[in-house]
Amino acid sequence: MTEMISFEKVSKRFGATVVLDEFSFTLKRGDKVAIIGPSGSGKSTLLRIMMALEGIDSGKVSLNGETLWHASGGKNLIAPSRKHLRHMRTHVGMVFQNFNLFPNLTALANVATAPHLVLGLPRKEAEARARRLLEQVGLGDKLSNYPAALSGGQQQRVAIARAMALEPKIMLFDEATSALDPERVGEVLEVMRALAHERDLTIVVVTHQIGVARAIADRICFMENGKILEQGVPAAILDRPQNDRTRAFLRAVHPG
Amino acid sequence: MSLDFSLSFAAQIAPTLARGAGVAFVAAIGGFLVALVAGGLLAAMQRSTVRGLSITGRWLMELLRSTPLLIQVYFLFFVLPDWGIVLNPVMTGVVALGLYHGAYVAEAYRAVLDNLPAGQWDAADSLRFSRYQSYRYLMFPQLVLPLTPALGNTFITMLKDTPILAAVSVPELMFAANDVGAQSFRYVEPITLAALAYLFMSGVAALVVLLLRNWIKGRYQ
Amino acid sequence: MEVVWAYRFEFLSGLWWTVQLSALSALLAMVLAIIAGVARSSRSRWLSVPATVYVEFFRGTSALAQLFWLFYVLPYLGMDLTPFQCGVLGLGLCFSAYGAEVVRMCIEAVPKGQLDAAAALNFNRAQTLIVVVLPEALIMMMPLFNNLLIELIKATSLVSLITIPDLAFQAKSIISKTYQSGVVLLVTLVMYLLVSLLVSSSMRKLERVLSRGRRIRNGP
Repeated sequence: MTEMISFEKVSKRFGATVVLDEFSFTLKRGDKVAIIGPSGSGKSTLLRIMMALEGIDSGKVSLNGETLWHASGGKNLIAPSRKHLRHMRTHVGMVFQNFNLFPNLTALANVATAPHLVLGLPRKEAEARARRLLEQVGLGDKLSNYPAALSGGQQQRVAIARAMALEPKIMLFDEATSALDPERVGEVLEVMRALAHERDLTIVVVTHQIGVARAIADRICFMENGKILEQGVPAAILDRPQNDRTRAFLRAVHPG
Repeated sequence: MSLDFSLSFAAQIAPTLARGAGVAFVAAIGGFLVALVAGGLLAAMQRSTVRGLSITGRWLMELLRSTPLLIQVYFLFFVLPDWGIVLNPVMTGVVALGLYHGAYVAEAYRAVLDNLPAGQWDAADSLRFSRYQSYRYLMFPQLVLPLTPALGNTFITMLKDTPILAAVSVPELMFAANDVGAQSFRYVEPITLAALAYLFMSGVAALVVLLLRNWIKGRYQ
Repeated sequence: MEVVWAYRFEFLSGLWWTVQLSALSALLAMVLAIIAGVARSSRSRWLSVPATVYVEFFRGTSALAQLFWLFYVLPYLGMDLTPFQCGVLGLGLCFSAYGAEVVRMCIEAVPKGQLDAAAALNFNRAQTLIVVVLPEALIMMMPLFNNLLIELIKATSLVSLITIPDLAFQAKSIISKTYQSGVVLLVTLVMYLLVSLLVSSSMRKLERVLSRGRRIRNGP
């Protein structure tokens, strides 16, 4: 069984707005998927559901064979206790649009604190792991810098290292490059590309920047109004879109 | 009657007044510590998901903030013994100050907590920190700096509220000044000295708060 | 509870003294606050420095200390004020300092664009102040003045210690006569609470009236 992520007819609404509409979706271990689409299409909510930061109204979401959410008609069939959610989060790591680094911790501390406190690694080991990861993302010389002293691109790379430090099987990127200046996108994209080379890592990237989708994904899904309208390999979706809405979106957004 | 400020008399009574100022200072510190805790409890009550607790919390806050400290002091002083709790006047004063200002501290806690970016919680949850770990290692350091002005002001205000305790015979500065006046029939020196002493104390306290704020800035950033 | 009924006259009389004291000292405080606040934000050193000294002095000393000083020391200076006058003066001066800070903050918070517009229309300093700055600032000051007013009402209880028979004074004297401290104090607390709530809601209504026409309406 290599199904890593599975959404079965998931619906969610915020008040009167339907954000996900009987959404179904599966990812196998090692898949690299990019989800593109206009704002309000439900892309970010999708990631937040996978990260157990939001619940669902109906349907079923499973990660790595275990059920994360199961609800019907707005009622939960699986009790979403904090313990259950925290357990399910062991499979997933997330990188946010606004980085969300902890401002009072150095880069090293930002990456090392979770392995130390959450995984229980001894401090020295956690810091060694953090050092290694920060060197991998090219920030080996910025270990003792605070986030305020780092550029956006550097902060996001620290954020990626921080998420990877817990060795998740699934990495979620929520508009990871959208808050960066164009010159800075490259350095973060490099890191994401390197991650995409890891065969066993399942990656879901939500973005409205087509260049990012093209660089990372082996499958692209176009989402609008809470549903997937079209999915396929990058070449197919980006160069020969079948659906009118997909075409309209790509035209509006301009490649790159 | 003419204004007749005798420096020698002032010097004579200074030690007595200083003792009173000491009591006032100690009472303010005690009250401050009580306020920190009481404020935390009130804030927690108001954020609680248990409806009874949050409603009680809100009403307590309203009561503490809309009624005079003097009446609250009287209440604790006269009513507690009826309930079997006997505290000496200073302790009563400390508790009264702490509860009264605790309501303001709770407001400060609330404002600071609400201003913490939601993204920080997303990150903490995504990294699987427990609630306790999140507060202690991630959120608390971020909250300390914004809290300093509010807490600093609370302490200074508390210092200036200590003379109210004279009403229940706590031997603080104003009480001592009144006492000297009543015994010597010279009111000008003691009361003027006392008023200036409060000015001096709150000035020093303000300076300390400023220095503390800069130290925290240096340390946590 | 019979105690409360038996002493109802004393309670009400005390309440009346409290209300009178609050109203008069609030008036005095407001007038002085506007003068001091405007002076503080003035560019002229002759105005801003004395105003700053005044504000810092009265903010730094304890209200009760000021009341005591007026009550005990002024007679030596030849000024024979009644306790009530001491109370009004003391509270008025003390709270005018806090009020001045509020006024100053709100004056400085008026958007600079308005000052530019006034300059372009050739308003002189006084006109700018009266026509442009103060109305804007007044609206911002309302909620802050509301808080100060509540503080003032609570502070009036201090005058009970300089022999004015306000609500707090009555409460204390009834306790010493009947030893029924719990009920008496509870009723006193409730009375102050009610006054606070009444004042707050009136201030809010006033704020709404003053900002009529300036609210952003949720239009189509």
